[in-house]
Amino acid sequence: MSATATYTSDEIMAVEAARRLRNGDVCFVGIGLPSLAANLARATHAPGCVLVYESGTIGAKPIHLPLSIGDGELAETADAVVSVPEMFAYWLQGGLIDVGFLGAAQIDRHGNLNSTVIGDYDEPKVRLPGAGGAPEIASSVRKVFVMLRQTPRSFVQRLDFRTTDGERVAVVVTDLGVLEPECDTGELALTGIHPGVDVDQVRDSTGWPLKVAPELRVTPAPTQAELAALRALSPRNGGES
Amino acid sequence: MAEIVTLSDAIGELVNDGDVVALEGFTHLIPHAAGHELIRRGARDLTLVRMTPDIVYDQLIGAGCARKLIFSWAGNPGVGSLHRLRDAVEHGWPAPLELEEHSHAGMAAAYAAGAAHLPFGVLRGYGRNELASHTTVRTIVCPFTGEELAAVPAHHFDVGIVHAQQADRAGNVQLWGITGVQKETVLASDRTIVTVEEVVDELEHRPGGIVLPSWVIDAVSVAPGGAHPSYAHGYYDRDNHFYRRWDEISRDRDVFNTWLDRHVLATKDVAEYHRSLSACGVAV
Repeated sequence: MSATATYTSDEIMAVEAARRLRNGDVCFVGIGLPSLAANLARATHAPGCVLVYESGTIGAKPIHLPLSIGDGELAETADAVVSVPEMFAYWLQGGLIDVGFLGAAQIDRHGNLNSTVIGDYDEPKVRLPGAGGAPEIASSVRKVFVMLRQTPRSFVQRLDFRTTDGERVAVVVTDLGVLEPECDTGELALTGIHPGVDVDQVRDSTGWPLKVAPELRVTPAPTQAELAALRALSPRNGGES
Repeated sequence: MAEIVTLSDAIGELVNDGDVVALEGFTHLIPHAAGHELIRRGARDLTLVRMTPDIVYDQLIGAGCARKLIFSWAGNPGVGSLHRLRDAVEHGWPAPLELEEHSHAGMAAAYAAGAAHLPFGVLRGYGRNELASHTTVRTIVCPFTGEELAAVPAHHFDVGIVHAQQADRAGNVQLWGITGVQKETVLASDRTIVTVEEVVDELEHRPGGIVLPSWVIDAVSVAPGGAHPSYAHGYYDRDNHFYRRWDEISRDRDVFNTWLDRHVLATKDVAEYHRSLSACGVAV
């Protein structure tokens, strides 16, 4: 039955990203797609995953996907609620977080992220929200997981603005496949591909000449249980990023 | 000592054009009623400071109250862009907006340094990105270890404005739930306004709650529902529907102006604002 389950490209992206979190990981969660994936991990194989939101909620256990990083349900279900200066100084900078889960508007081949501006900084074509917690999340956690949809506009040869350093990016999960940094160069290479996607499609969706691992892993299709958990999270607030 | 006064009097007496003003509340307890009062009074040339300028600053910027914005994340959380802010930055409408932007960690350090009346905050941050070249951050060397660290200038506000659940009759204030940078905002401000859901005879201490004593506050104003569309833990939920609707309202200058005229400028206080929203089917 699970082999015939139908799902969207966003759903397999969320499912595959969620699988990367291990039970017991302490995870700093960004808004949007990362929050969806982290909550899915907690609802499926990683119930002991500790979700930390920058609003100061540590160990949040929301039933529904929150729309913001500070919805009341996060505070109500958290193990602890701390102030924002404490969150960034003690918990994040203090080295207590394992995984940072981030989104972005643009990524380059080294995993550097742009969430600040499209076009010139002083005369922007699109003014994006800005850094938020991302720069210090990316420099304080052990591993950074990135989620974003793969298009030539988002996977770029050159970032319009470097908001966040990519050094600790361990994996990038997209709607087409999975990219991981090569050991020697740190350059992101395609290491996995979602069912039904072909490599040329991924290359065409990437703004630099994409390296492809010799053996590509095909992402296991989402199980019925994963899809049911994902859809149960989403109806009230989900689907936006 | 805090005086309990109307919000209109508090804003009128304590906020001047050109002031550096912080309206704080991290998703929770955002002082929207105070923002509306600034708009009604036609405040101009404000430097607005806030970690997450969301709808409250989109409204103030669209209404032409701001000259400069100091921030770390400017969006409609979970929904998308702030269209009035973008219109100001991308097209100078209704007025150009100067930006000074940080990361959250940098802003949080700057608030904490402001509360401590230190000249700067220290953090491991701003490394290997382009933020440092667009903001006021410097590198300092630890005198003990030689480690290089980032220094951000402390925030100091002419006026700090926060929303809380309760005050007592002496003007002591308590807020609880997600408390963000509100304590730091109050302690880093020359003048402080706190709007509250209600005044009670005696504050009942809450787990994780913050109590701000009356003598660090200038004015307390009763504004029930004054955080809407944000929320007040224990009083009402976040109006996520309104956050989504704001995307449509704010996208177009005329639609925004019509909304502002009808629900803010044509109302005299937070009670009328809520009645006005209810009348078109958008209640708290």
